[in-house]
Amino acid sequence: MPEKKELLTGNDVVLKAAVLAGANYFAGYPITPSTEIMSGWAKLAARDKTLEFLQTEDEIAAGMATIGGLLAGKKAWTVTAGVGHVLIQDPMVLAETLSLPFVMYVGQRGGPSTGTVIYSQQELNLARYGGNSEGLRVVYAPSNIQELFEITQKAFHTAWRYRIPTIILGDGYLTKTLSPVDTSKALPQEKAEPYFLNGEVKNLRNCFSREDELAEHLNILFAKYAAMSRQIVESESYKTNDAKVVVFAWGTVGFAAKVAVTNLRKNGKRVGLFRPITMRPFDDKSAIKAVKKANKILIAESSGGQFGRIVRETLSQTTKAEYTRLYKPAEGITPEEIEEKLSEML
Amino acid sequence: MDEPRYPKCVNQKSKPSNFCPGCGYGIILKTLGQVIDEMEIAPRTVMAVDIGCNLLAWDYFKLDTIQTHHGRVTPLTVGYKKAKKDSVMIGIAGDGGLYAIGLQGFLHAAHRDDPVMIIGVNNTIYAMTGGQLAPTSLPYQVTDSSPEGKFTYDKPIFGPELTKDWANKKAYLARGSVLNVPQLKQIIKKAIERQIEGHFSFIEILSFCPTNWKTDAKQTIELTENLEKVFKTGVINE
Repeated sequence: MPEKKELLTGNDVVLKAAVLAGANYFAGYPITPSTEIMSGWAKLAARDKTLEFLQTEDEIAAGMATIGGLLAGKKAWTVTAGVGHVLIQDPMVLAETLSLPFVMYVGQRGGPSTGTVIYSQQELNLARYGGNSEGLRVVYAPSNIQELFEITQKAFHTAWRYRIPTIILGDGYLTKTLSPVDTSKALPQEKAEPYFLNGEVKNLRNCFSREDELAEHLNILFAKYAAMSRQIVESESYKTNDAKVVVFAWGTVGFAAKVAVTNLRKNGKRVGLFRPITMRPFDDKSAIKAVKKANKILIAESSGGQFGRIVRETLSQTTKAEYTRLYKPAEGITPEEIEEKLSEML
Repeated sequence: MDEPRYPKCVNQKSKPSNFCPGCGYGIILKTLGQVIDEMEIAPRTVMAVDIGCNLLAWDYFKLDTIQTHHGRVTPLTVGYKKAKKDSVMIGIAGDGGLYAIGLQGFLHAAHRDDPVMIIGVNNTIYAMTGGQLAPTSLPYQVTDSSPEGKFTYDKPIFGPELTKDWANKKAYLARGSVLNVPQLKQIIKKAIERQIEGHFSFIEILSFCPTNWKTDAKQTIELTENLEKVFKTGVINE
């Protein structure tokens, strides 16, 4: 198909990508900055009777209804944010223990508590390990609107291919901004199949009577997760080969950091960027490789260090580089700020 | 006299049952199984259980089943039915799961007239956790968490009566008791039929828990008969 650039908001883009990926069932609850995805789906479902829509009474019900849809073989998904993201971790862990392809877009907003309503990077821990979870889920982090289109489709593929809950972790800057996007490319998808009423009786449980029974179940899940991780782990290392200073950033801040690095490179500065695309699993190997020549590392994030802790743990045994932190919890970070910080460090 | 018979849809491999000796769930599940057999709906029936004693029924039937979380049986049941409209969807929860932690999801399903059948088992306590105060506990009832007797509220929650205000006129709402199996069977059947007709149906079943009530057989029956005086059995919305 020829390139087709449209002027869209990120919320439109998520919706378009989900439909393209075969999503046909949505249960959700309104919350800023992601509400438009739900109401957009409602309008689509009003016209197209093959699309199911349920506005639930809260996010726990949204997640549980989504699981009901998945069991019936629908490509069911949901969208939430902030304190709704907290509630939906309850059904999320049910999907985790049952290895269900639960797809969810999360628009991060400020916290703790109700916080602010548009932007932050403070839901990283929650997305990776929320609930009484062992992190048996995939978390993708798109950094711009074009990537949001591709990653949303990819999330459906990963979820159904590996039967694993999958989160697309965005924010309101990403989804409320209008940008030109090429929406022509459809990524390959897996076929959805029903878990129930398919000729074979299934009794699914999440409560085990004995420790060793649960341990056996978890060992299988961990082994599957490790095998899957090698296939799907993803990151971007940008101009890191000879970089003396490497900035670590993700999502929207990752995009700002790329602009900063590009500008400094124009003046011959040896700077680079490491940006994880899967926040879980984390691309440890590429992260370690990215700092081989570096003597300084900048960690830039819109949280009090949720990402920084992952970075420092990952690199702890392999680098003696000195860390500088640009932590701005729930505040945006511009390319200029990152450029200035990197210049100071050079 | 009729031979005691076990429903065909019961999974014999799951026996012996995990329920306590003397538990009311045996009567409830067996009666439900008989209705499923008689209506010949097993191939299109899915059952969801909550958390509480009912979670032990996760492999009781040769039906597709799923255990949910505490209070979450209704939304999952609703979600499945929305995706598979020709299925028969049965959700089971206790009085705590339905009227405390799960009340919001339950009432909204009634309000939307979601075509599912919910069974709520009322034994006036949280049984799985050892007999704590429930929304259905009676005035002055001594429980594990109300050692001086219940004093917070002067009346229990009457589930089907409460639901009547929220539900569509065509919803089926009734209350049965494990002491009256013929009536129980009748209302279970009616509730499933109403779901198939496309409406919400809910039955509360009065049940006993000798383990947490700390009663012998005679006292168990007497206490349950007393419950029938407080919670009137029969059809609440036809």
